Amino acid sequence: MFSASDLRKGLKIEVDGAPWVITDFDFCKPGKGTALYRCKMKNMIHGNTMDRTYRPTEKIGKPDLSEQEVHYSYQEGEHYIFSDSETYEEVRISEKELGKNKYFLIDDALCHLLIYNNKPIEITLPTFIEKEIVATEPGARGDTATNVVKPATIDSGYEINVPIFINIGDVIKIDTRTRAYVERIKKA
Amino acid sequence: MLNESKKPKNISLLESKKPLLIFKSRLIFFIRQYFIDKGFIEVFTPILIDAPAPEEYIEAPSCGKQFLRTSPELEMKQMLAAGYDKIFQIGSCFREGEKGRLHNPEFFMLEWYEVNSDYNDIMIFSFELLQYLSDKLKEDSKISSDFFASYAELKVKDAFAQFANITPEKALENSSFEEVLLDNIEPNLGNNHPLFLKDYPAKCAAFSKLKSNNECERWELYLKGIEIANAYTELIDPIVQRERFAEFIKTRDKTGYKKYPKAKDFLKAIDYGIPQSAGCALGIDRLIMFFTGEEQIKKVLY
Repeated sequence: MFSASDLRKGLKIEVDGAPWVITDFDFCKPGKGTALYRCKMKNMIHGNTMDRTYRPTEKIGKPDLSEQEVHYSYQEGEHYIFSDSETYEEVRISEKELGKNKYFLIDDALCHLLIYNNKPIEITLPTFIEKEIVATEPGARGDTATNVVKPATIDSGYEINVPIFINIGDVIKIDTRTRAYVERIKKA
Repeated sequence: MLNESKKPKNISLLESKKPLLIFKSRLIFFIRQYFIDKGFIEVFTPILIDAPAPEEYIEAPSCGKQFLRTSPELEMKQMLAAGYDKIFQIGSCFREGEKGRLHNPEFFMLEWYEVNSDYNDIMIFSFELLQYLSDKLKEDSKISSDFFASYAELKVKDAFAQFANITPEKALENSSFEEVLLDNIEPNLGNNHPLFLKDYPAKCAAFSKLKSNNECERWELYLKGIEIANAYTELIDPIVQRERFAEFIKTRDKTGYKKYPKAKDFLKAIDYGIPQSAGCALGIDRLIMFFTGEEQIKKVLY
């Protein structure tokens, strides 16, 4: 358990059987009275937010959170199969749980899972990955401007904005945190 | 040789704080000047003490077998008993675990006492002190002098009636007093002029003298929604003082706060006789925030 005095921005706590991360915190003490620990927090599974105020004697739950290092193996129907990088134990994550991350999985990529009560609740992919462009309108010849963009589709089917000079068959670098184009790696 | 590209973060931070820290130095200079002009003497009571006041919601940091002071109150009151009748002190005070937008575990306090004075006298004195400081610091202050053209007084019970749908007694009963104060009342206080929130319920008397109507002679000063100072007509009755200590210790034990040694020297002083007086404690860091428009206390600290 945490005490109210442990509360601070960034602390992960358990409230009503769910993990929450404190996104904003203030210590208040009006009129020489009891201290109030005011928290804004975000649900680590669903992303919804709430405000809570704690008092000095309150105890706050500590979520059972751990990290696991896994490699991506293969897709099996609606599930994506990962293997623990030390024990090779299989971890199955559904397509729904993965969300848009599914478009940026690379064979054997090293990923980090955040586990809450033995269930993965968050996946962190390698920050940068490389993907091939499979569809895009041809850009104007000789146009090397990077501030003009057009849509392009990567081999997993995700559509991303790229500079006008990118063509089908080019390999580009993508930042998985922002899902945005970074640079061209290889020209077709 | 100074190497700009290798400048450490702490040095850049201190550099950027220079105008604020100069402001602080000037503010403290003018505070001293004001008090000395008014016939006060500056005193220097110990920072490392044996027995802090057992306040209900304030915890002193331990330091070896002693404590860092949370305020110089008990020591300054011993000086009142010894015949020092107009005293002020400026210095660091410490409160364990208090860290937030307006709190830091170490902060700078101005505290003063005057005999033959009550909470109304010290209200006018405080207002005039602010007017003086505002005038002396006007070139570097973000607050127009109109702000200090006048001041307002508001009774706690009237503030609850005006801004919240509950009486202070009811709020104390259901433990919502602090939350109502924070959410409904404080944001409305002192936005155009200094405001003194006065006559707290007897339960919030701390070290102040009770009035006959279950209220106490205590005020807090608000500038733009922020509490800057707290003042009392001081409690000088040794029996009531002992009763308050006993009550406060009960609350402290329930919260799981430290057990302090008994404040024997202070009790000897109040038994001997502390003259009728009023006292005020003012947060200097917050006053700097107010004058300079800073939103976070850490911006005005070293």
